[in-house]
Amino acid sequence: MTAVTTVTDASCAAPDQSAPLPAGIDLAKETVITGVVTSSDGEAVQGAYVRLLDSTGEFTAEVVTSAQGQFRFFAAPGSWTLRALSRHGNGDRTVAADRGLNDFSVTVGE
Amino acid sequence: MSRDTALVSADWAEKNIDADGVVFVEVDEDTTAYDGGHIAGAIKLNWKTDLQDAVRRDFVNKEQFEALLSARGVSNDDKVVLYGGNNNWFAAYAYWYFKLYGHRDVVLIDGGRKKWELDARPLVKGEVSRPATTYVAQDQDLTLRAFRDEVVAAIGTQNLVDVRSPDEYAGRLLAPAHLPQESALRGGHIPTAVSVPWSKAANEDGTFKSDDELRKIYGDAGLDEGKDTIAYCRIGERSSHTWFVLKELLGQQNVKNYDGSWTEYGSLVGVPVVLGDEPGKA
Repeated sequence: MTAVTTVTDASCAAPDQSAPLPAGIDLAKETVITGVVTSSDGEAVQGAYVRLLDSTGEFTAEVVTSAQGQFRFFAAPGSWTLRALSRHGNGDRTVAADRGLNDFSVTVGE
Repeated sequence: MSRDTALVSADWAEKNIDADGVVFVEVDEDTTAYDGGHIAGAIKLNWKTDLQDAVRRDFVNKEQFEALLSARGVSNDDKVVLYGGNNNWFAAYAYWYFKLYGHRDVVLIDGGRKKWELDARPLVKGEVSRPATTYVAQDQDLTLRAFRDEVVAAIGTQNLVDVRSPDEYAGRLLAPAHLPQESALRGGHIPTAVSVPWSKAANEDGTFKSDDELRKIYGDAGLDEGKDTIAYCRIGERSSHTWFVLKELLGQQNVKNYDGSWTEYGSLVGVPVVLGDEPGKA
């Protein structure tokens, strides 16, 4: 197997968010929710904490944005809320995700 | 144990950065966070490469733990102040680990690295080295650690707390949603385990909720305070967070962390597994 399996088995911590999708990720099966956190003036926000909340508002996962403000979750099809916390303020957005790649940006501090 | 002895605030931590007899330790899954900036004077521990055996699935033994802390410059009498990313999951795991090997004075920084960053408190770069010590560990305190046979025996008789996300509990996901889902595991949970995701115990800035809020959360979930408790997750670090809440903040007796957790249980041949949102029957 590839390094993907190693990451999955070894840890619950988030992989590097700026890395390209790991080899072996099957977008026909995975529901990937990805995007960029931006400030109200449009700048990418590095080091924001992005929380994925399920359709009942329950916490599901959290990652920290990359130097380019990127985040990524492996979820399931359905309704999710992305909530970003940062020194510049917070922001959230409710999204509908399908299988495959779902790209949503979140603005903080508005 | 109680909140006063097990937890310190970020304010306390910042005021005591240079205090004698206090060692700050950042614990992460990957140390790039530490390398990008850490609390001044903090040493780093990698929860896996430093604290787990490189070959077998088990912890470093007593002698290895002694060698590790001696080399990193931690003394038996030091107050060890732990913090880390992921809402202190790995710091809580290290806390449990220090307790397992009998360290007397160890605390978590409430909110960990997240609150520290969101508060815009200072972080510094650079290597930290401390003079070597001669650290002496105790034998593992197995009243804190559950193994698979006692977990199976606990079905229907003890409190089992599954602290993973609701979708992992129900078997709809096999891992937290920031990780790929491919895995050889069976999905689901241990029969009679109640679902109390670790995140219920934390505010969104990573700090722990109040004792009253915490008691209500576990009481409402059906945890019987008269029974012993075993907490588990997928690999034992999120359940360290809940173990910390139940044992160290709320002072409950006889709480164990099952570090084998779902990656072991979900791979066992012949054990019962329940799918869906209900605990199920023994």
